Amino acid sequence: MTQYKSTIQTRSDDFKANAAAMEDLVADLRARVAEIKQGGGERARERHLKRGKLLPRDRIRQLLDVGSPFLELSQLAAWGMYSGDISSAGIITGIGRIRGQECMVVTNDATVKGGTYYGLTVKKHLRAQEIARENNLPCVYLVESGGANLPQQDEVFPDREHFGRIFYNQANLSAAGIPQIAVVHGSCTAGGAYVPAMSDESIIVKGQGTIFLGGPPLVKAATGEVVSAEDLGGGELHSRTSGVTDHLARDDAHALAIARRIVGNLNRVKRVGLDLREPREPAYDPHELYGVIPADIRKPYDVREVIARIVDASEFDEFKQLYGTTLVCGFAHIFGYPVGIVANNGILFSESALKGAHFVELCSQRGIPLIFLQNITGFMVGSKYEAGGIAKDGAKMVTAVACAKVPRFTVIVGGSFGAGNYSMCGRGYSPRLLWMWPNARISVMGGEQAAGVLSTVKRDAMEARGETWPAEEEAAFKKPILDQYEHQGHPYYASARLWDDGIIDPADTRMVLGLGISAALNAPVEKTTFGVFRM
Amino acid sequence: MTTATPMFDKILIANRGEIACRVMRTARRLGVQTVAVYSDADAQAMHVAMADEARHIGPAPAAESYLVAQRILEAAQASGAQAVHPGYGFLSENAHFARACAAAGIAFIGPPVPAIEAMGSKSAAKALMADAGVPLVPGYHGEDQSLDALAAAAEATGYPVLIKAALGGGGKGMRVVEKAADLEAAIAAAQRESASAFGDSRLLIERYLTRPRHVEIQVFADTQGNAIHLFERDCSIQRRHQKVVEEAPAPGLAPALRRRMGEAAVAAARAIGYVGAGTVEFLLDEDESFYFMEMNTRLQVEHPVTEMVTGQDLVEWQLRVAAGEPLPCGQDDLVLNGHAIEVRVYAENEDFMPSTGRLRHLRPPAEDAHVRVDTGVRQGDEVTIHYDPMIAKLIVWDRNRAGAIRRLRGALADYQIVGPASNLDFLANVAAHPAFAAGDLDTRFIDRHRGDLVPQRPPAGDRVLALAALDVLLRRAREAAVGARASNDPFAPWHQTSGWRLNDDNHHEIRFQDGGEPVVVTVHYRPRGFVFELPGGAMAVDGEIDGAGDLHADLDGARLTATVVRHGDDLAIMCDGRSHRVTLFDPAAHAGDQDLATGRLTAPMPGKVIAVRAAAGDRVAAGAPLLVLEAMKMEHTIAAPADGTVTAIHYAVGDQVEEGVELAEFEAE
Repeated sequence: MTQYKSTIQTRSDDFKANAAAMEDLVADLRARVAEIKQGGGERARERHLKRGKLLPRDRIRQLLDVGSPFLELSQLAAWGMYSGDISSAGIITGIGRIRGQECMVVTNDATVKGGTYYGLTVKKHLRAQEIARENNLPCVYLVESGGANLPQQDEVFPDREHFGRIFYNQANLSAAGIPQIAVVHGSCTAGGAYVPAMSDESIIVKGQGTIFLGGPPLVKAATGEVVSAEDLGGGELHSRTSGVTDHLARDDAHALAIARRIVGNLNRVKRVGLDLREPREPAYDPHELYGVIPADIRKPYDVREVIARIVDASEFDEFKQLYGTTLVCGFAHIFGYPVGIVANNGILFSESALKGAHFVELCSQRGIPLIFLQNITGFMVGSKYEAGGIAKDGAKMVTAVACAKVPRFTVIVGGSFGAGNYSMCGRGYSPRLLWMWPNARISVMGGEQAAGVLSTVKRDAMEARGETWPAEEEAAFKKPILDQYEHQGHPYYASARLWDDGIIDPADTRMVLGLGISAALNAPVEKTTFGVFRM
Repeated sequence: MTTATPMFDKILIANRGEIACRVMRTARRLGVQTVAVYSDADAQAMHVAMADEARHIGPAPAAESYLVAQRILEAAQASGAQAVHPGYGFLSENAHFARACAAAGIAFIGPPVPAIEAMGSKSAAKALMADAGVPLVPGYHGEDQSLDALAAAAEATGYPVLIKAALGGGGKGMRVVEKAADLEAAIAAAQRESASAFGDSRLLIERYLTRPRHVEIQVFADTQGNAIHLFERDCSIQRRHQKVVEEAPAPGLAPALRRRMGEAAVAAARAIGYVGAGTVEFLLDEDESFYFMEMNTRLQVEHPVTEMVTGQDLVEWQLRVAAGEPLPCGQDDLVLNGHAIEVRVYAENEDFMPSTGRLRHLRPPAEDAHVRVDTGVRQGDEVTIHYDPMIAKLIVWDRNRAGAIRRLRGALADYQIVGPASNLDFLANVAAHPAFAAGDLDTRFIDRHRGDLVPQRPPAGDRVLALAALDVLLRRAREAAVGARASNDPFAPWHQTSGWRLNDDNHHEIRFQDGGEPVVVTVHYRPRGFVFELPGGAMAVDGEIDGAGDLHADLDGARLTATVVRHGDDLAIMCDGRSHRVTLFDPAAHAGDQDLATGRLTAPMPGKVIAVRAAAGDRVAAGAPLLVLEAMKMEHTIAAPADGTVTAIHYAVGDQVEEGVELAEFEAE
């Protein structure tokens, strides 16, 4: 293969300034994540620990193979939303390894509002199940939740993608042969009771876990029966009498050990249908990505410099290098896995879209996972391009991307604007995983463009009425639009709403993709059938 | 003068362990074929593997194998061995056996039967020596073994007295009695031990010297009437009357005294017409007077120190003399060269009680001109209850005593044993003790310095914990790498063990038990290596395990090599010449212990109580039957779910019970 020769000057002032800017962004991200990892705060954590319980992240640590990676999803879920303190939406999800098997781990954080479900908690839980379904990953639910957050009930209970969907998913995941395992660490009340009850195998911690449809207060109100939580739905009852749980554990650690044993007995074989190679580190240090990416998002750069810092040995064999040059397509390896990379290198023209569609067809045909590196302001506009049929060429690429059944992964490394988002496998196209860099921006168009479009419309109307619009008034008109786009286009805003699966340090891109591809190999690749390509 | 018969073609070694191996080495060098004998317990033993052929002689207990003369003679005859080397212990000083050998036409590599008999009874030996003018410790060697006679003798000798088995050796049946009140019990115990060890309960009584040294003379005599000595050995350092450190020459022994003692020993040998290797043991008092204790009519355990300082092979001498050859050299040909020390490496705990078990890891120091290791076990062998728990003899030599002590300390530091407890730390403490360096020795050395010598088990320090944790991590990494290679997805980053987390550093806790105390090492993963949070603070740690299994560690920039041996959750960490033990507590490893002891014992189905086997208040072991129900024509036993106490039994025999009713209450411990 061909090793890319970087032209980046790592000692240049530009490089240093870029690197400093990215370091700030990454430092901020890490600081946010560190905060979020405190869950519901010091007091809630202490209360939790006093009861002899493990904190949710420690549960995960003990559940997973020692020292193995944990690919956490949507750390910033609900960031800045609700009361502002619903860390990670009160639920920790991610892919981790248990007894050598990649699993989806879904963990309530009872230190955050008792682990109750907000709208985004549900969304995050459902997204985890969706990832489990697409990648055929056994699910382990570490349950400790008061169920739906009652004041939030309209965002949690009634709709199709609300609470009930969790159990619908459990039934259908189990039906698809995807093991559902629950560990009851704390209360599972009302709807929450169905998580262990709907599981293939469930564990309950003695004296700590409870499962009931109605808790003691409700029972008393309804029937007058006075009963303790433990007698109503404790571990002894459910393991010896009701059979709702299958294993009784002494404590959290014991329960997690049993969960590991269960996963160890699942009898699953991962069949890797890829031509693997011995992995090699990139020839260029991934940390150089900090300096490669211009601090100013509008400034163009060669996306091959990014590819060279992600793929094995920086080797990248390009496809149609001389055609449609604003889209870079080619074959490379990540951790030894063959991948097809589709990366923006400027605005999309008809040729770039055609090239992209062609390349996606190639990868689908060959069963090669696709990586989309998004940095796109959109398709070219103007009469020449409309006349040239850019809409139908863009549609071809969108069709190819939408229909390709090979595992697809998207990383938004810069702008993600307009129809470019669609053709580059945005959230609407269900990539297996979608990540954002902290410098990225996402919106229907750039803030400048949006403000420009709106002010043009307004000016045209004013001018039609014979009015004039002083420049300072126009600027004042544009300001809130710019602010809104900057605010809503920010990755934290996006990630809080689960428009992505998380914000990642650019230097981790290779790792995150490698983990994702490997996890995806748990599911067989379906045959692709493309829709009609408008010719 | 008789004509020397040719050297044997084949000999049988009627022993096991290191001495059997030791004899075989010389035999092999001389071109003599060797036959090993073995019990059930020794079928895979080193001496069996070393021998040219091996014969099974019975079950594991020595009394049914190595001590059965008949079986050994059968083995010798069947194998065509011309001679039997008895080693030490077992039948080595058994006159009946020596006689039986002669009767069977097989040479006994040892002294003539009358010499064994003469020295076999300590009392008789002393009488003989007294006649030959060899000085004796005041005492009683009489045949009257009545309690009254022994008590009177003790009184006459003067307390403190030493009671010994008349046929004894090796400390068995030996008792120091400080005052008359303790005598009766001591005699009874000594008789019991003596009877069981030697089949003879006769005792003798001697004055107990307060600061005696144990100095013994190696003698050798041939069939042609030559008798010489090969200087002395100081074996003063003993525990439970067993030698543990032996050296040659004796520190500070004046040449004139050496000559006098040597001459006395040769005189003793001549007095009984001795042939072969023998040792005359003396107690050397502070005033340079010495008393005959006993003569051992065999090769001694500690003979290597003599070999090291004389350059002779005593087993070769034994074989030559037994074959009728004259002694290889005369008295004047022998010169003392340098200084040698032997320590006996035992599988034993800190109370000097034998410790048994598999030698999970055994790495003796490298042998060279200064270091010799005589052993009969290999890594993976088992130290059993059936035989002496000696693992090896470590012998060092240097030009002078100080040099030898330095060698000893170095060799002990390199010695690694994991499995049964060993006395390595104890020996290292002896070797490092100033009184030992000063040659200030007597038979109570260990008692006097016990506080300094018995290894203290300080809590594992940060270094040891760091090494233990590093080993745990590196092994996990290696296991993960092995797992990765075996996987269908071998290159997946999921196999990594660097604790990767998204947008965060990661840590995890490794929990150890250190002498019953829990200790936590918090591991922070770093791009290179780790930072450990240890009881004493943070430490940057990195390292690797090499092909030989040694751990090369970098602890805060200090490089060191250690060996960590893991058996289950037990880790033995050997560094800085010491061995430390910690136990890993891995919460993930205990999924199997379903906790059933909940205090509820219910009827599995309707039935009738037909027996009640426990009452409220009974403490019972897990599995103990509490009640028996008869139901569906079957008996169902309700058993204790764990060790604990029955707090109530709710039904009596004949009661009809419904399914699910509580039959008894139980409190687990």
